[in-house]
Amino acid sequence: MSDVPILKVENLCKSYGDLEVLKSVSFEIYKGEKKVFVGPSGTGKSTLLRCINQLTIPDSGFVYLNGEEIVHSGKKINGYRQKMGMVFQNFNLFDHLTAVRNVELALLKVKKLDKAAAHEKAMYELEQVGMADRADFYPAQLSGGQAQRVSIARALAMDPEVMLFDEPTSALDPELKREVMEVMRKLADRGMTCIVVTHEMKFATSFATEIYLMEKGEIVEHGPPSDIPTSPGFVKTRAFMGSYVEE
Amino acid sequence: MTDSINATGADGGLGGFFQNLTDSIISQIPFWQDVLLPALWDGLWVTMQLVVMTAPLGFLLGLLIAVSRVYGSAPVKWLAQLYVIFFRGCPLLVLLFILYFGLPSVGIVLGSFMSALVGFILCNSAYNSEYLRGALQSIKRGQLLAARSLGMTKMQGVMYVVVPQALRRALPGVSNEFIYLIKYSSLAYVVAVIELTGAAKIIASKYFMYFEAFAAVGIFYLVIVTIATIGIHRLEMKYAIPGVSGAVGKVSKGH
Amino acid sequence: MFESISAVTNSAGYLLEGVGVTLLLVGLSLLIGFVCGIILTLGQVYGPRFARWFVGIYVWFFRGLPNIVLLFLFYFALFPFMGLDLPAFGVAVVVLGLRSAAYQSQIFRGAIQSLSEGQMLAARSLGMTKWQAIRSIILPQSLRLSLPGWANEYPVLLTDSSVAYVIGVAELLTRTSQVISRTGEPMILYLTCAIVFILLNYGGMMIIQYVEKKVRIPGFGNNEAECL
Repeated sequence: MSDVPILKVENLCKSYGDLEVLKSVSFEIYKGEKKVFVGPSGTGKSTLLRCINQLTIPDSGFVYLNGEEIVHSGKKINGYRQKMGMVFQNFNLFDHLTAVRNVELALLKVKKLDKAAAHEKAMYELEQVGMADRADFYPAQLSGGQAQRVSIARALAMDPEVMLFDEPTSALDPELKREVMEVMRKLADRGMTCIVVTHEMKFATSFATEIYLMEKGEIVEHGPPSDIPTSPGFVKTRAFMGSYVEE
Repeated sequence: MTDSINATGADGGLGGFFQNLTDSIISQIPFWQDVLLPALWDGLWVTMQLVVMTAPLGFLLGLLIAVSRVYGSAPVKWLAQLYVIFFRGCPLLVLLFILYFGLPSVGIVLGSFMSALVGFILCNSAYNSEYLRGALQSIKRGQLLAARSLGMTKMQGVMYVVVPQALRRALPGVSNEFIYLIKYSSLAYVVAVIELTGAAKIIASKYFMYFEAFAAVGIFYLVIVTIATIGIHRLEMKYAIPGVSGAVGKVSKGH
Repeated sequence: MFESISAVTNSAGYLLEGVGVTLLLVGLSLLIGFVCGIILTLGQVYGPRFARWFVGIYVWFFRGLPNIVLLFLFYFALFPFMGLDLPAFGVAVVVLGLRSAAYQSQIFRGAIQSLSEGQMLAARSLGMTKWQAIRSIILPQSLRLSLPGWANEYPVLLTDSSVAYVIGVAELLTRTSQVISRTGEPMILYLTCAIVFILLNYGGMMIIQYVEKKVRIPGFGNNEAECL
């Protein structure tokens, strides 16, 4: 295992007007690690993820992917983004394409695979998330859990080195959360590096190698899952978190 | 009794109106066969040319304008908006006069057919751009975000993800515009293009057969418009996608 | 250049009268379209079968024909045939008005159909007759709902009114053409004409949007007022 972290975030800051959403956030993640960010709503967790893959441009700070700085990489960011698969809270499947074509699109247009290869790869990834039998369904014909699994397959198809999950189960009913969490666990077992933002504490403690507690744009506490739930900071924050949904 | 019927006929009341109508139609079959219909077929051919050439060009130009207005830089947005304000606000007939009578005075001679064609494309594109702009803006931001998260450039995201969805949403508006185009193509007559309306007008004046000529040309238009409406409806059903269809940007208008 | 400008200024009074004729034409057509439109809508929504059938044909006819053909048909054929001797202006008002009625009726119909059935039921449960319910409950609501769509009839009629040129109504475009045939300068005069139409168009829309804001009921109806 190399000693360069897959992803290193250094003093990331982002403000919207007077509102400081991120105040100098730093952390790093090595291959195979699973870092889970928890904390009250509106503490900048989702912004942090988007500042990592530059969907939101941070005001200052640096992000290193395999040691390369990417905040100021200009057009090269499109290449870096392929290495960072992203899963959105509300799926953002392309509504005009079937499940399989959702997965194929970037393979064709970004990776420039030929049609047959893209299709084969897409079907493989759908298989991995248990969605191969829904390949020809449109997003509007899928349940939330199914749609989220397709969107995970879509991100995985680009062969990312790290996956960014932005509250992947928040928009789902309890019974649908489970199927998405199972897919994420399977992915973790295969050694995928993951950064997850979530409100599901029970899932967080069983999934993470390290839990980060964020409050008002800062990391206020972090440590292995065994420590975090009993730490004073978490006990204080827990009151604000509302959902401690059982898996 | 007989007197009263005769009186109505002579007065040109409702009964007499229909009597006259039937009489004139029957007695003028040769006129229809040999003069009117051949002229209208020729006119129809010209109308078709105008419509078939305008529709795709007006659509593409409209898409370009719409994308410029939504995704362009500030000056591009501004120019596109000016374009829309001018060509939507200016009556098409005035536009045709500018192209046909105005431009030659500054040394640009387009001729009848080209003047009509250019005028239609400008007008058609301005209206289409409004439907398309509404549709583009109705596509959720997350779609483009997701595209970019996969490594697509903004251009690619717009082209492969946003535009295909927007096109489906704009389809009702754009196809309405196509129906309008069929109808306003009749204005070409005013700049001396002998399309359907022009052909009818010429025959009407030459043979003094106003009623026959305009009734016939009216039927032509009703048939074309009805066929086009049905055809477009079929097309919409065919390309409908669960969760993506639906009218957006209802900027109706008529000519 | 100076001559071009003087060509415009010399005829300014004559052209301004043309603006008046244009606006009168548009105003009267809107009015006819409004009144006939409501009658058509009520016939289509609440009327007996033959009324629905008639409205269907009416709308199909007036929406299926180009303006210019309608004008020719009524001016050269139908009205003379029926023994009516209307001046060109009258024919234009009637044709544009009847045509607008076809479009307006469909706007109103959409609005009425978007009202919940509960409105009619509630009115009837209070002991109102069907007609009373229509007049005091359904129409006031649906007219407000159809304002955004209805507001669009103004620019449509304004641009369409220029087509009255073909039967010689002395509106703005006709007068512009007459001035041009005397003085030349087609480019500058037609451009001026276009700009006047554009100003009338957007000026009128601004007034309509102002009115729309005034009559809006909080929390009622759509705020999707078309604006540009």
